[in-house]
Amino acid sequence: MLKIENLHATVAGKPILNGLTLTIPTGEIHAIMGPNGAGKSTLAYVLGGRPGYEVTEGSVTFDGQDLFALEPHERAAAGMFLGFQYPVEIPGVSYLQFLREALNSQRRSKGEKDLTGGEFIRLSKDKAALLGMDAEMLKRPVNVGFSGGEKKRAEMVQLGIMDPKVAILDETDSGLDIDALKAVGHGINSIMRDPKKSVLLITHYQRLLDYVTPDRVHVLSRGQIVRSGGPELAHELEREGYAEAAA
Amino acid sequence: MTALPTRKLEAYRYADIDALASVWTSLDSPARVEIAAQQKLQQIWLPSGEEVDVRRVEMVLEAGAVARIFALNNAARYGRFELDVTMHEGADFAFYGANIGGGDSTLEIVTTLRHVAPGATSHQMIRSVLGDKATGSFLGRIEVAREGQQTDAEQSVKAMLLDRGATANAKPELEIFADDVKCAHGATVGELDKNQLFYAAARGMDPATARALLLEGFVGGLWDEIEGNDQGIAEVARQALRKVAA
Ligand SMILES: Nc1ncnc2c1ncn2[C@@H]1O[C@H](COP(=O)(O)OP(=O)(O)OP(=O)(O)O)[C@@H](O)[C@H]1O
Ligand SMILES: [Mg+2]
Repeated sequence: MLKIENLHATVAGKPILNGLTLTIPTGEIHAIMGPNGAGKSTLAYVLGGRPGYEVTEGSVTFDGQDLFALEPHERAAAGMFLGFQYPVEIPGVSYLQFLREALNSQRRSKGEKDLTGGEFIRLSKDKAALLGMDAEMLKRPVNVGFSGGEKKRAEMVQLGIMDPKVAILDETDSGLDIDALKAVGHGINSIMRDPKKSVLLITHYQRLLDYVTPDRVHVLSRGQIVRSGGPELAHELEREGYAEAAA
Repeated sequence: MTALPTRKLEAYRYADIDALASVWTSLDSPARVEIAAQQKLQQIWLPSGEEVDVRRVEMVLEAGAVARIFALNNAARYGRFELDVTMHEGADFAFYGANIGGGDSTLEIVTTLRHVAPGATSHQMIRSVLGDKATGSFLGRIEVAREGQQTDAEQSVKAMLLDRGATANAKPELEIFADDVKCAHGATVGELDKNQLFYAAARGMDPATARALLLEGFVGGLWDEIEGNDQGIAEVARQALRKVAA
């Protein structure tokens, strides 16, 4: 599904990713862990195509096509979803308006018809319910005044609405209380545990992995994958810290 | 007939005088609107569709009168909405105006609010969205006479520039002779937020759609107070935003 090869990237002229290689086969969930500043969010942004994140070497193939040939919105339409570590606030634009516009943009680019207002409301209510979120919240401006946990839940509601092929979830678990963590874990499983889909889960903690069992766990340090293993690697990291595990 | 103004006049400093000349004969005396005591008026000013769209209105609010004006200034070449308002005791005036333009259009909203008696309130909210080489201005003069105690006058002025060649001007001007007065004004000029644009792109919105949506969010609050089910202006504004965002 996602094949990252020898990826080098700079931010503001500073090299952050230094030859990162990683393959996520279709149907698998992979976790990336690693110390602060290792380049985890940078990887997510590079995959999403954020302006200012410059790829200097290497390649990424997404579902057989060259990812870097696609604009950010085209990547989304092609089935990539980026869950933000820090979801962005948009005053004056309601979540319903935002998501309907986004989903319909995706549909139009695939030659599909727009969802009607009614169809869209039904879909968003369903997904909000799945994540244990009050659908009324979607009438509010995007993320404005949302608590940290509510923002992360809202990211997962969006994941459900967009129903992507691959989800790159950047610290979706940070800032969540225990119930929200459970709800988010359940949401990821029910939306993304599918033989046709893949997930790249960026996290600092084992806790989320108690709910979403990864097929593989990787350690990202100084812009490279320095170790890979099965789910037990996450436990080892939690016990011993990155310094030991990456040594 | 009154002579054509020049840019030496404060209220015309940003005006497109050539464009103004083409319509001046029909405009040299402003339209007059009087709102009787305790009466209420709501007006919605849609663009005329002409490439030069100039309005001059003098409004008098008698004691306790209420006026709500919603205005969309979107002329292709020159749009000028000029409003002179005199408020008597306890009158309540609000103006919600947008300058939306691209090309090399010149758009301006010029208001003079006269608080001549105690306890009147005025509220002005102006949003400008300017692309290409457009210029959008707001000149807002507030005069509070000695008798205008307990005046509450507020201006919120924000502009969004979409291109390097676009210009926004905001000039609040206060002349206050009463001592018990609340006057608040704030003016900002900004650009579309890159983080918001990327967030929208990451959810699949093409750049033009994303810009239009963010601009709608920026301007949209102007129409919230419209009474009755008259959201036509919101739709016309949306079309205008789509056009400058494209
Ligand atoms: N705009 C920028 N200018 C300069 N340096 C930057 C910029 N953005 C990120 N960096 C640097 O890139 C490095 C990697 O940051 P990144 O956000 O990818 O780390 P991370 O692994 O996600 O960390 P965390 O666990 O704290 O979220 C950091 O050293 C950071 O300071
Ligand atoms: Mg990060």
